[in-house]
Amino acid sequence: MSAGEYILQQIINAISIGSLYALMAIGLSMVFGILRLINFAHGDLIMVGSYTTVLLLSGGIPFVWASLAGIAASTIMGLLMERLAYRPIRGAPDVAMLLTSFAVTIFLENLAIILFKATSRAFPVPPVLNTVVSFGNLQIASLNIISILLTIILLILLTLFVTKTETGISMRAASQDLVAARLMGINVNRVIAAAFAIGSFMAGVVGILWSAKVGKIDPLMGFNPVLKAFVASVIGGLGSIPSAVLGGYVLGALEILLQGLLPANVVPFRDALVFLILILLLLFRPNGILGSTEKEKI
Amino acid sequence: MLQLLQVHTKYGQVEALGGISLEVQEGSLVALLGANGAGKTTTLMSISGILKPSSGKILFRDTDLTQLDTREIVGLGIIQCPEGRRIFGNLSVKENLRMGAIRRKDKRHLDQAFARVFEIFPLLKERMAQAGATLSGGEQQMLAMGRALMAEPHLLLLDEPSLGLAPIIVDKIFEVIQRLKQEGVTILLVEQNAHLALEIADYAYVLEKGRIVLEGSGVSLRANSDLERSYLGEVPEENL
Repeated sequence: MSAGEYILQQIINAISIGSLYALMAIGLSMVFGILRLINFAHGDLIMVGSYTTVLLLSGGIPFVWASLAGIAASTIMGLLMERLAYRPIRGAPDVAMLLTSFAVTIFLENLAIILFKATSRAFPVPPVLNTVVSFGNLQIASLNIISILLTIILLILLTLFVTKTETGISMRAASQDLVAARLMGINVNRVIAAAFAIGSFMAGVVGILWSAKVGKIDPLMGFNPVLKAFVASVIGGLGSIPSAVLGGYVLGALEILLQGLLPANVVPFRDALVFLILILLLLFRPNGILGSTEKEKI
Repeated sequence: MLQLLQVHTKYGQVEALGGISLEVQEGSLVALLGANGAGKTTTLMSISGILKPSSGKILFRDTDLTQLDTREIVGLGIIQCPEGRRIFGNLSVKENLRMGAIRRKDKRHLDQAFARVFEIFPLLKERMAQAGATLSGGEQQMLAMGRALMAEPHLLLLDEPSLGLAPIIVDKIFEVIQRLKQEGVTILLVEQNAHLALEIADYAYVLEKGRIVLEGSGVSLRANSDLERSYLGEVPEENL
């Protein structure tokens, strides 16, 4: 493999992992944009979707249907979260909402431990997600190709939604100024539910891809992805969709770059270096790359 | 048309409105005057249902608004153009206007609303594709008013439309307010610039620390020399 091919290979890896971070960060960011809530339970939607998928697979349901049902389960769980946990305390101080999101996380994770045991289970990856496609000397995992393509499709659909549909435009309006949006007569409940639904749907998609990548699932599997998504959104600038996407890809690139450049004995500390870079970034741009330097609002 | 009866509204523990009663007749322009922090914006936010009064009634054509949420109040044709404009900076001018007419589903009706707003503020038509945040202060005020007009208000609540604007823009805004009044829109106008407001108001109330301390026709209050000295807490610029 030539140097050029190696670099190309790494770029594809970076885009692939960045895509997953971006999809997760979008969900966090959309909700934060409107409610100022950092929903740490967002990661558990991955777990809900993956477990649903695995249970259905073990019941003999074909992978496509099982994973679609898993994504649907994530979406429904996201909507339930909003309705049962966050709507009743809407308007409470940001800290109260943050603590509620921890409560939701702890509840869901422990529920999963009771129901499914704390040990991990295998995620049966179908052959289509488990092969390597060769382009000349270049070898690309089919999972990476599918991750990238799915993300592109979802991003296009999301862009159309927020620029062309009334609910989508209302969502952008609500994330700018919730009171002004209410004064227009915008149905804020519907807009917030839509934000949760879209974000949770994307988390469901990530759940399938993430599980296929790792090959196993466990009740606490959502923690790492939500942490990465949070870092990604902060890098880009919390609260807007473009910054979430940018942050996701920057984080992906950063990780792959460090992975490739660091000496082998330092690689285990890669994440610590990523956080160091995050701290440095925030010193110079407290509101992220795309965040405005003046105001807290997006 | 609109009647506030002994409205008390609290911000946490602090009572911002201490029992306000006022009335706005159909087709009239009523001004609500007072110094900063007197409770003017709180009054409008209570009418719009963003703040919930702890007691008292707000009657609009015999409906008690305190029992409704903001969307339902907007649905009755009570539209607020809030203080500080609060336009959606990331949205284009056109999208901002469309948000104003969010409750209009009929395409023809929507086109008519756009046409009317563009006739009143031709500049908005030129700026249609521009992001709201890129407009100047005066243009943003026009956009905020245009956005409110998209909803075809029966009762327009205008909060400090002249705040921070150059005199020439203020004149333009006040021309529009008068025009709307002539077209039959009932207006409740909150202003710190008492002189300007009293020139066009049929009736005015002066608020101080959450209570109404003075009321009367625009003409009679203009003649009242106590007005600024005692209640408005500031000397108008032309007297400096």
